[in-house]
Amino acid sequence: MTKAGIIRIALIAMLLIGLESLVLMGRIDPLTMQAPHKMLFDLVSILQTGKFNKSIIKTLSNAGVAFLIALILGVIVGLVIHRLKRLREVLDPLFATYYAIPVFSFYPLLILLLGLGDAPQIFIAVMLGFVAVVVNTLNGIDRVPLVFLKTARVSSMGPFETAIKIILPSASPYILTGAKFAVAYSLIGVIGAEFIMSTGGMGYEISFAYNNFDNATMYPLIIIILFVSISINLMISRWEKALLVRRGLK
Amino acid sequence: MNFSTKRMFENMFWLILFVLIIWQILYWLVGDIALRSPWTTFQFTAKFTATDQFAIHLNESIKAFSLALMIATFAGLSIGLLLGLKQFAREIFEPFLIAIYSVPKITLYPILLLVFGLGLSAKVAFGAIHGVIPIALFTLNAVRNVKPILLKSARVMGLSTLETAYKIIIPSALPEIFSGLRIGFSLTLIGTLLGEMFASQRGLGFLLMNAIGLHNVDIIVMLTFLLVGFAGLAGLILLVINQKIYSAN
Repeated sequence: MTKAGIIRIALIAMLLIGLESLVLMGRIDPLTMQAPHKMLFDLVSILQTGKFNKSIIKTLSNAGVAFLIALILGVIVGLVIHRLKRLREVLDPLFATYYAIPVFSFYPLLILLLGLGDAPQIFIAVMLGFVAVVVNTLNGIDRVPLVFLKTARVSSMGPFETAIKIILPSASPYILTGAKFAVAYSLIGVIGAEFIMSTGGMGYEISFAYNNFDNATMYPLIIIILFVSISINLMISRWEKALLVRRGLK
Repeated sequence: MNFSTKRMFENMFWLILFVLIIWQILYWLVGDIALRSPWTTFQFTAKFTATDQFAIHLNESIKAFSLALMIATFAGLSIGLLLGLKQFAREIFEPFLIAIYSVPKITLYPILLLVFGLGLSAKVAFGAIHGVIPIALFTLNAVRNVKPILLKSARVMGLSTLETAYKIIIPSALPEIFSGLRIGFSLTLIGTLLGEMFASQRGLGFLLMNAIGLHNVDIIVMLTFLLVGFAGLAGLILLVINQKIYSAN
């Protein structure tokens, strides 16, 4: 472990101890923030009783489905747009400003179209996530070395074969960067939609707990979401790094 | 008007036309229950934006957004400059920044609400944490990529740290820093609006949430149109400035 890593862990430990003692001394109102040890106990008891298993599974599986759709759709759209230069030129400003658009304002429309179930939530999450994948896929394809494409032409590969065998593997580190964003955005989409209007799920339970000052439920659920998103992200980052190392880029 | 600007306006024209056509087709498919046609929306927008009710909410949103943007810019630039210059501090804190950047921040909003209470400060804080991280990360990378020879010359000429930052680092890292500011702008805007949507009594986000609750399609479509229009226009202007700075460097 590096020196910086040790200091990092020490900082986190200090933060937790500081928070713990401030809450125990009564400097922070337990209605605002709970002591870290209590969050941990609550988390264990929630997982043991399985009270929220249904919500947890619902939210995480919706986000998972949204992530997969966003990833596949994003890569395909990226591949197609890259071949259509003029379309890309027209769409570029849209991509650059896309994340300033409050996508959630389309949620009521989607509820009316698709019903108040999982579908509008997944739709919102895909809308948020897939553009990040498209942008990063385009970026990755731009960086495919020309000699690879020439080799593909020399071996008389068709456009489909070139995409599968040459372009995608070569652009994969960049696509993974897009995938990391897609993980976060699919969670944001599903949970945000559950906050606004839904009949269940972690976002619904968190806002319900918030409205009832039920911190014993709210904090553990938040911790689960943070844990899931950070660990998936770390995994993808490792993979990304391994790919770059293999190419001698890092 | 040079060739590239002309080309850009042409592209913009096609993009807007494209969006309007999709909007109109969607309206024909869905009907009045969930959507309004572009033309009715423009008429309603012209009428509604003149009312006092709209002005109150707009002012509140502008206030929250500009405060959040100022905080995000200031904090992001300072963190980015500091970590960009001090290598050891960067090794310690950069993973934190990346982790926070990748977390779905919406889950943190209830905590912010408990800490800041209902009202302006919670949504300003929520907007600012959306914007501060990308600004910090972009600035950090920009500063790290400043050519070492420029920093050496600064040392040779005996510039102080503050002078080095102002006269050497910021000018040479400006294009990349501005990219960060552009993304920070977008994310701060969306953060502030989300903050207004979930627990707030005023602001455009609240107006939207209220319209969703009452199923007031006129207002929902109008606000979506206005917000998308504003975000698109502002984003585009920043993009053009950004490209100008890049080509100037």
